[in-house]
Amino acid sequence: MAGIPHDRYEPRTKSEKWLHRRLPVIGLLYDTLMIPTPKNLNWMWIWGIILTFCLALQIITGVVLVMHYTPHVDHAFDSVEHIMRNVNGGWAMRYLHMNGASLFFVAVYMHIFRGLYYGSYKEPREVTWIIGMLIYLLMMGTAFMGYVLPWGQMSFWGATVITGLFGAIPGIGEVLQTWLLGGPAVDNYTLNRFFSLHYLLPFVIVGLVAVHIWAFHTTGNNNPTGVEVRRASKAEAQKDTVPFWPYYVIKDLFALAVILAVFVAIVGFMPNYLGHPDNYIEANPLATPAHIVPEWYFLPFYAVLRAITFDILFLDAKFLGVLAMFGAIAVMAIAPWLDTSSVRSGKYRPMFKVFFWLLVLDFLILTWAGSQPAEGIVPLVSLLGTIYWFAYFLIVLPLLGVIEKPLPQPETIEDDFDAHYPPDMKTDGTRSVGDAQATPAE
Amino acid sequence: MDMKKILTAAVVALGHSTQVACAAGGAGEVKDVDFSFDGPLGTYDQMQLQRGLQVYTEVCSGCHGLRQVAFRTLTDLGYSPDQVKTYASRIEIWDPELLDGEGDFRPAAPADHFPAVTSAGAPDLSMMAKARAGFHGPYGLGLNQLWYGMGGPEYIVALLDGYTGEEKEEAGVILYENKAFPGGWISMSPVLYGDDVEFADGHATDVYNLSRDVAAFLMWAAEPKLPQRKQFGLVGVGMLTILSILLYLTNKKLWKPIKYRGGRTVRPAE
Repeated sequence: MAGIPHDRYEPRTKSEKWLHRRLPVIGLLYDTLMIPTPKNLNWMWIWGIILTFCLALQIITGVVLVMHYTPHVDHAFDSVEHIMRNVNGGWAMRYLHMNGASLFFVAVYMHIFRGLYYGSYKEPREVTWIIGMLIYLLMMGTAFMGYVLPWGQMSFWGATVITGLFGAIPGIGEVLQTWLLGGPAVDNYTLNRFFSLHYLLPFVIVGLVAVHIWAFHTTGNNNPTGVEVRRASKAEAQKDTVPFWPYYVIKDLFALAVILAVFVAIVGFMPNYLGHPDNYIEANPLATPAHIVPEWYFLPFYAVLRAITFDILFLDAKFLGVLAMFGAIAVMAIAPWLDTSSVRSGKYRPMFKVFFWLLVLDFLILTWAGSQPAEGIVPLVSLLGTIYWFAYFLIVLPLLGVIEKPLPQPETIEDDFDAHYPPDMKTDGTRSVGDAQATPAE
Repeated sequence: MDMKKILTAAVVALGHSTQVACAAGGAGEVKDVDFSFDGPLGTYDQMQLQRGLQVYTEVCSGCHGLRQVAFRTLTDLGYSPDQVKTYASRIEIWDPELLDGEGDFRPAAPADHFPAVTSAGAPDLSMMAKARAGFHGPYGLGLNQLWYGMGGPEYIVALLDGYTGEEKEEAGVILYENKAFPGGWISMSPVLYGDDVEFADGHATDVYNLSRDVAAFLMWAAEPKLPQRKQFGLVGVGMLTILSILLYLTNKKLWKPIKYRGGRTVRPAE
């Protein structure tokens, strides 16, 4: 792999040499694990490991669940109950899988917003960003289809509403919708293809995750300063970095343990908090729930979907809503080319910071708006939230790079690290007496 | 399935819904009820579940099924296998394999499930305690559920104890006013009047207490593994907390020479 200079794997024993000549797999693992990583990473850099864990958790629990689940409209609901009641540990597998999806999305949103704040999407990490966005899209597709499998009321009506979106596309809409569903309406054929794809897509995600990691291992990690690791020589690079093993492996494992403690508390004490009671009612095509809502992680984009309540020219409101929803994700994906600022990290961009935190607030408000019935103030809030979402990417990011005066950035990662942990600081936080070396102020 | 009807419903739900925010269970008045299974340490009270089963058997089962629940699991309530066998044998279930495939009724065995009762058009109660909820506030954020729980069994208590005594006829159907039911009018007539059953343990038989017992029983019916789940939560949180502390200390020690160099220049470990 290209990138930051560091020690390469050298096979030592005879058997290692034998294998290395034929398949350098140990070398690949070694180089991946020992990659020089900026030594100033903060706690927002833990989410990648959490996400990797989630993917593994979902695949393992999912594979076990499939052993007991029946993808048929007459049996799906009962087979989930069979898992909950009769399969040994089935209730644990099912609740872990169900809440694992929520943990997955909490982590991915943290990961994405971290990238947006510290400019991780910027040159030369555009490909990492784009692949990340693809993973996110696939996650949404997988989660959506997974929610249909228990064949509860929200499964059925959620599927009906969301696939109905494709029907709103002028011209090809109806044909496309029928093709997606496998027939004229959500039915057994829909459940079967969703089941098939729900099993397939996670493995596509695994592949994309490998490429995602490959891409940022090529460019090196971003870090809170946005300043690149010096890579003229190995000695210089070592001043800015520590090897991923053991420094970040242990740090990430600590973070993972803390987050899992919270996760296990949710699974053990309130596993249905993030779900919807209606999904414990078997799907009934003849009874529409009073208020159809998607899972919480879709709510911001669901709010965007419902924000457009007026026709524009020959385009009707429903189709415009669909465009807005996909557009909201698309503008995020092309952020690398919309952001004109030469400064990578938001830490040194005073105006950017304000707009960034407004975007976070906007995201939370849209989440709330998506969960409410579209009446009263909700459509207006959704519309304003949608406008800000697009304005942030299409107007604020391009403009700020031109008008904003950034703060001075540290020369190197080492300087930034030394500002927090001066070279003469001792374990108890005091400084070595008589050391004349000046510490750079923050 | 009527395609047009579904699409219309979808469009209505999508953009132009003017309905109130009450998915099944929610709009009505639901008060917190103390249950033995509340909180991380809570678990089922077997005597209460037995009383609840009695209320279900003598009152509810006339109209409502419990088709997800197998008789054999009644041992959870503290009954012996023989008692379960006797209980099951008093219930007739339809067996399609009898009479050379013609089907016939026979006494139930422990391996059978409670029958699905559909004659009155009443919903099955197996999942009812999880299919309903309460405490949606404040402002529809659902934060109250963090403290009070999802509110399923509380909703059942509120419904059974929520009749005002008012009736009206609508399209040939008699509706009864109920404070807990979304919309305020329910087609189920009041079923509990107090002293509807007689408990062997002499427990109170007023409407509120009967409702509470049957709600607890229905929570068990919907979530029989709740005690195991809470134990999993406790053990899991405990072990992960210890692991977190150990990893915190490991991490601190590991980074110490990198962060606190005390004037020395330290290279990261190779």
